[in-house]
Amino acid sequence: MKIEEPASPASDDRAVVASRNVEIVVSLMLMALAAVLGWDNWRLGAGWASDGPQAGYFPFYLSVMLGAASLYGLFVAMRQRALAEQPFVTRDQFRRVLQVLVPTFLFVLLTALLGLYVASFILVAGFMWFIGKIAAWKSLLAAFIFVAVMFVTFDVAFDVIMPKGPLEAAFGR
Amino acid sequence: MEAFELLFQGFQVLFTVKTLALMMVGLVLGIFVGVLPGLGGPNGVAILLPLTFTMDPTSAIVMLSCIYWGALFGGAITSILFNIPGEAWSVATTFDGYPMAQQGRAAEALTAAFTSSFIGSFVAVMLITFLAPRIADFALRFGPPEFFAVYLLTFCSFVGLGREERHKIVISMALGLLLTGIGMDTVSGQLRMTFGSTDLLRGVNFLVAVIGLFGISEILLTMEERLALQSHVAKISPRVVWQTWKTLPRYWVTLLRSAAIGCWLGITPGGAIAASFMGYNLAKRFARDKESFGKGRIDGVLAPETAAHAAGTSALLPMLALGIPGSGTAAILLGGLMVWGLNPGPLLFIEQKSFVWGLIASMYLGNIVGLVLVLSTVPLFAAVLRVPFAAIAPMIIVSCAIGAYAIQNAMFDIWLMLLFGVVGYVFKKRGYPLAPLTLALVLGSRTEDAFRLSMIGAGGDLRVFWSNWLVGTITTLALVMLFWPLIEKVVGGAGRMWRMRPAKA
Repeated sequence: MKIEEPASPASDDRAVVASRNVEIVVSLMLMALAAVLGWDNWRLGAGWASDGPQAGYFPFYLSVMLGAASLYGLFVAMRQRALAEQPFVTRDQFRRVLQVLVPTFLFVLLTALLGLYVASFILVAGFMWFIGKIAAWKSLLAAFIFVAVMFVTFDVAFDVIMPKGPLEAAFGR
Repeated sequence: MEAFELLFQGFQVLFTVKTLALMMVGLVLGIFVGVLPGLGGPNGVAILLPLTFTMDPTSAIVMLSCIYWGALFGGAITSILFNIPGEAWSVATTFDGYPMAQQGRAAEALTAAFTSSFIGSFVAVMLITFLAPRIADFALRFGPPEFFAVYLLTFCSFVGLGREERHKIVISMALGLLLTGIGMDTVSGQLRMTFGSTDLLRGVNFLVAVIGLFGISEILLTMEERLALQSHVAKISPRVVWQTWKTLPRYWVTLLRSAAIGCWLGITPGGAIAASFMGYNLAKRFARDKESFGKGRIDGVLAPETAAHAAGTSALLPMLALGIPGSGTAAILLGGLMVWGLNPGPLLFIEQKSFVWGLIASMYLGNIVGLVLVLSTVPLFAAVLRVPFAAIAPMIIVSCAIGAYAIQNAMFDIWLMLLFGVVGYVFKKRGYPLAPLTLALVLGSRTEDAFRLSMIGAGGDLRVFWSNWLVGTITTLALVMLFWPLIEKVVGGAGRMWRMRPAKA
């Protein structure tokens, strides 16, 4: 006998998107990429000169290969009914993935504006505090120590220069 | 023996306070990234690579390879104590390692794992010491056609022998090769696939792609899975170590067999993952009572660990001697060598003698120091896993960004890394293998150069790839590998028909 488990309100494992759809979209995107790259290399010259292949020869045929393989992948995905039932990512999982993907995106954006060290501090402290639900003072302290260690390691000890912003400029570094 | 002399010189290069200190730092960092969920050998090496940009090549490669050893050792800790394989090749270690930990024999399992890793690597390093110079010597005769044939063989065996769906392997490989084509064409000087963008002019750097594909995507996956950590206490006392060591000679057959499998699969691109499973399965097949496997048998830990580490180490042999990496991490180390302007391949053994032998010597020393270090510090590193993931995740992201930026000082690369992170996440979830992509990224431009140089040499005649027995054999072998699944089917089918006939008669 199969026992139906009561759906708990806390977890939501409905699929955001089915595996088959992801497979189809990936195949289509790869085909589009293959078409764009193939066209660019055709334009450049994908023929065979007297001394061997022209500059676009290899990339052109690679694009053809990529296109053909993704076309095949598209057919395979269309034929597999079972994949339509299989979730690629459930709502719960997707929420957690976004919890790290969105902050990462913002972090990169901030790095371009404020420099890497300030952005790092905001990312580490913010992530620990709001997403990890760790006490504020612990989050801020950990972030500060981490950024300080990174700065000393890369900027001072190893001379690896990172993007910097107004704060570093104010300290004359 | 010439090898001994050169190795001795290598040790002399190594024995400076600075190099030894860097070695320790590398090992500690390596174990650290090996233990952390969401990191591991290739990611760790890729992220920490920028640290070494300002060092001289010898110190840099010593530190990097020690990070690699450390990561190899570290992977076993999580497999045994937490039932989380830090690496794909430690999966087989969890089969018997975790049950041992559950029975309160964690210390014994860890000692067995570390010691067998050590034995596996040691055998492989010996192999490198004596075989690599010979192969390099032999490969000195290689011209562009031979090199192209070897590269072709590498790619074809990936397609032919891969376990994933074939079209996905082809997609991943073609994508990697296309990415290396972006930017200035080295032969004609023309711009390819840049679409007028100045950022694409530089091309897509291999390390940026690797950091995104492995590092960022792994964070996304780890977050998605929501790890529940249940740790077992482990404290290794010298008494347990000694008692475990005393039992090891009993398993010499298992150790030797696993080491041999590992060395073979490491040199051919079979890889450490296949090696660890094969080592485990063979140990099981040859055991007298098969039932007790999976319930905490010590040789269930010894077999996969020895094989995985022999494979992981011997993967460096083709990288050093031919410039062809046998594994993802070896590919990243190769990328590192190129950053310092060293061209891996047979000439390295002649032009950079002290560098090569310093590296090989560091493999011996790194292994010994690593074993001692890891045996004495397990509780410390196990504690790392109790740090909440919410604190580790952003720090890893920052390290990835630093790594990606430092390579070419370009903000564009950080964006690119993010893009590759998302691509890697989707690819990993849908079974597009990343190893062919990585390999293609490293070898892509060399392969194309080799092909075009041979074409220029031969006046555009494709028959140059069958012009002598050496290149002809390799090219033919490559084609056999490519169509291996087909050949296997035909041969298997014919064999079955042949066997059926007497039954009918």
